[in-house]
Amino acid sequence: MKLEGRAAIVGYQEYPHIRKFSGKRKFTLGQWADLTRLSLEDAGLEARDVNGLVCTEIRETVSFTPATIVEYLGQPVNFAERVDLGGASPVGMVWRAAAAIELGLADVVVCALPGQPIPSNPNPGPVDPRRFFQSSSVNWGSPQAEFEIPYGNLAQNCGYAMIAQRYAAEYDYDPTAMAKLVVDQRRSSAMNPNAVFYEKPVTVDDVLNSRLIADPLRMLEIVMPVAGGAAVIVASEDVAKRCKHRPAWIKGFGEHLTMKTPTFAEDLVHSPVGPASAKAFEMAGVERGEIDACQIYDCYTITVLLTLEDAGFCGKGEGMEFIRTHDLSCFGDFPVNSGGGQLGMGQAAGSGGMTQVIEGARQIMGRAEKRQLSRCDSVYVSGTGGIMSEQAALILQGD
Amino acid sequence: MDLTKPYPTPTPETEPFWQGLRNERVLLQKCDDCGTWIFYPRSNCSNCLSTNLSWREVSGEGTLYTFTVTRQATAPHFVDEVPQLIAMIDLDEGVRLTSTLIADETTQISIGAKVIPEFDHINEEVTLLRYRLA
Repeated sequence: MKLEGRAAIVGYQEYPHIRKFSGKRKFTLGQWADLTRLSLEDAGLEARDVNGLVCTEIRETVSFTPATIVEYLGQPVNFAERVDLGGASPVGMVWRAAAAIELGLADVVVCALPGQPIPSNPNPGPVDPRRFFQSSSVNWGSPQAEFEIPYGNLAQNCGYAMIAQRYAAEYDYDPTAMAKLVVDQRRSSAMNPNAVFYEKPVTVDDVLNSRLIADPLRMLEIVMPVAGGAAVIVASEDVAKRCKHRPAWIKGFGEHLTMKTPTFAEDLVHSPVGPASAKAFEMAGVERGEIDACQIYDCYTITVLLTLEDAGFCGKGEGMEFIRTHDLSCFGDFPVNSGGGQLGMGQAAGSGGMTQVIEGARQIMGRAEKRQLSRCDSVYVSGTGGIMSEQAALILQGD
Repeated sequence: MDLTKPYPTPTPETEPFWQGLRNERVLLQKCDDCGTWIFYPRSNCSNCLSTNLSWREVSGEGTLYTFTVTRQATAPHFVDEVPQLIAMIDLDEGVRLTSTLIADETTQISIGAKVIPEFDHINEEVTLLRYRLA
């Protein structure tokens, strides 16, 4: 069984990213419904066309998530899945939708990720431990509860910092090149009205003078949390033909998981995006040199560096030189995160990685306005969950 | 909000490890079938999934694989420990674990440096395995 590449992203919705949300608060279920409505409208489809959905966790329930969403939407489906891959979920959702469509299970699948605050609960329960321990579990018997949290190894900053420190011990580490990566992406987000840093470019000095958070990572190398949310519609070839936009065909994908806590990575500087990307390129029958734009999951600068290397856009240890010698902005010779990425747009909780998927589709559809690349037929998209513990890749192409 | 330090609660599988630390000994599991050293303790070998595992005492010595210095606490429970010196240690047997380095902030710390265990007796139940530069 081989992927035919006959499922496509045909529409999307991306809420503008803002630091302080002051609009009308909706439950995650309501945001799901609204994102579905708006992305269907964007594609030129209607509610009754939906027959598949892929979700992640929602705030209103801990289990039976897809059925709860289906009921709220009032829309029966033939395919439903809840994906639990952290920041890699959006890429994981899109390829699962494409696979289900190719197998004939569904022909219009909505993948949505709400990211706005919900109404304040008048009867708040006990504080959710995830407020402190984030993605590390304090449940009894959890390896993180016993062997990580007691030493303070939790949350994302220190894990990514330790990866960067190890990289520095093995290869060339250039803080100025890392700052240039931020500068290039912020040139793109300065042109993106959905970005929290719209019209706010930065300089290399701004990055290098920003506060040190965990050596060697500085504030501006780390995503800013924002309110947002996003959805895409994945559809079959027959449906895509009657949609409004140029379809972004899902031609290849890959996924690779190795651990939860980076301590247990065999080699911290060779990330799972390597095997995930190799599979995606092989499936699509596309070479690295044919890619017009990269949408690389960028929770931190080090994530982008390792992805450029491990996905094969440059050799191992050559990432800093690659960044120094290419203009990575949407105006450049090698566009990386032409919408600004999450470093430029902000990270709307779990929907962060959907900005990468959507910018890939947007460029193929020719809808990026001032950021539109002169040619964009092939896009590489990556997703990263945890601390480079679970990663996925997509190849999108236009006809 | 409860900001007591989040100390470990041993399980039936991990108790021998924590008991060892209380006695200032480092115990690791080793697979009787394939010879793989295992960390953290578990019911099945992390190489061949065998259930034939034995506890062995090791020196606890190793090398520094990587580390960071946190400038803001990783959780509010660790505010008093900032700057935290969070580290990954490669034990001589080939397993890796998370720990913290006990070092002065001005100490020159190099990845690859030899490190030795330091038993931090928190209370009667809990001893944490921390490290010093050798």
